[in-house]
Amino acid sequence: MTETELRERLLAILGAIAPEARETELDPVAPLRDQIDIDSMDFLNFVTAVHKQLGVPIPELDYPRLSSLNGAVHYLTPKLAG
Amino acid sequence: MPSLGSDMESGKLVEWRVKPGDRVRRGDIVAVVETQKGAIDVEIFDSGVVESLVIEPGTEVPVGTVLATVRSEGEAAAEPATPKPAPRPPQATPTAPPPPAAAPVRPEPAVARPAPPAVGGEATPVRASPAARQRAAALGIDLATLTGSGPGGAITLADVEAAPAQPPARAPRASPSVRQRALELGIDLAGVTGSGAKGAITVADLERAAAGAQSAAPIPAPAPKAPFEPDAMRRAIAAAMTRAKREIPHYYLATTVDFEPALRFIESVNAARDPDRRLLYAVLLLKATALALREVPELNGFWRDERFQPSTAVHIGVAVALRRRGLIAPALHDVADKDLDTLMAELKDLVQRARAGGLRSSELTDPTITLSSLGDNGVESVHPIITPPQVAVVGAGSVVRRPWVVGEGLAVRRVITLTLAGDHRVSDGHRGALFLAALGRLLQQPEAL
Repeated sequence: MTETELRERLLAILGAIAPEARETELDPVAPLRDQIDIDSMDFLNFVTAVHKQLGVPIPELDYPRLSSLNGAVHYLTPKLAG
Repeated sequence: MPSLGSDMESGKLVEWRVKPGDRVRRGDIVAVVETQKGAIDVEIFDSGVVESLVIEPGTEVPVGTVLATVRSEGEAAAEPATPKPAPRPPQATPTAPPPPAAAPVRPEPAVARPAPPAVGGEATPVRASPAARQRAAALGIDLATLTGSGPGGAITLADVEAAPAQPPARAPRASPSVRQRALELGIDLAGVTGSGAKGAITVADLERAAAGAQSAAPIPAPAPKAPFEPDAMRRAIAAAMTRAKREIPHYYLATTVDFEPALRFIESVNAARDPDRRLLYAVLLLKATALALREVPELNGFWRDERFQPSTAVHIGVAVALRRRGLIAPALHDVADKDLDTLMAELKDLVQRARAGGLRSSELTDPTITLSSLGDNGVESVHPIITPPQVAVVGAGSVVRRPWVVGEGLAVRRVITLTLAGDHRVSDGHRGALFLAALGRLLQQPEAL
């Protein structure tokens, strides 16, 4: 999976959870929470979908690393390669 | 038409899920009704056989109107359904409990209006998020023609906007604040030309469009009225909260408790689990609230007919924010009797249905107390307002790290501020304080919950 594909996949997952993620141009560096209205249930659903679709284990301790789009891409890329 | 909240005056019957002759059991879903809080699955409160459907789909009727007649078990068959409009058909059993005393019982004839012509053949149940319905109405898209990609096949906003062959299929570029303003002004962004970056619509564009719409008088028709207007839910909230502040003498209490044991418990449980089986700390708050109510039962129940009606069951209304559309607090049933995994599964389902549609009528009418949790936005306390006819509401602020006295020293701990608003007609600050103390104490031993 290329980085672009990964990004698109993450955006699709986010869009299914918070529709406004598809309408706004997300700043990849800024925390997702500051840009779209997601709560702890939404974030759990996001992590669950990423885990199911990409098969990457995501311990709860690593949640902060998925707080922005770039953060998630950087976190997931090496795990997908390995 | 059942009353699905103290603030509800009327509802629109969207579809029937039963037909005459069907056998129904208490709790079956018999109809879908659209209210200010979205489309609700209406459950029947009695068992029997459907005799006649009185109201046609598409009709808006006041609360208390007879929607259908059901012959109870053992009840003699009524006259074959007579089509003449009778104020109360013989043997009539409304499909829902009578409205609470506060709701006026209207002597409306049961058959109010001629049925609107059926639209597009037989109606298929369409599950869609409120935002999707609104957008589809604005774009003139029939939801029945779309395939949903959301949970449970629900149609999402994105599905609507991706609908093929609709002129403005692509969502116009605009910031959330511009979209909000457009909602307020009642302007369809699809008809606005953007002058901002990449053709984005700016507030100035909106103001121009609004001014243009006013001066250029008879121009086409205004955007078709959405199934429920953007501010309908705000009006519903306003009505309920105004009544609460007018009628309920609130008292308020707050306490900050060490939340470290609770969070460590959740973290240790979750460490061994895949994400789909992980818990949120909200389930601890729910369970501890239910157990603490056993010690102070006068916070659990309803104020009706000028007196307190305690409830033995604890059905906690969980306040769920509905992205840009307000708030709803449907019931999680029998919280005291369920384990944490069950509560988590039910909470997930409840939140999802609150947002995508598909709440059941009992979930709107059953809450015996409400829990409002701010989540993790960093705000430390909330002093919520009681939802009538309930008599208490529990608030939970964000979890924050604070210096905390442990033994004789200071430590950094994650703490949470718990609040209670109680109805002074039923309880007082002393009893309320016992409840909050019990809640804080129960949260120190999460493994026992």
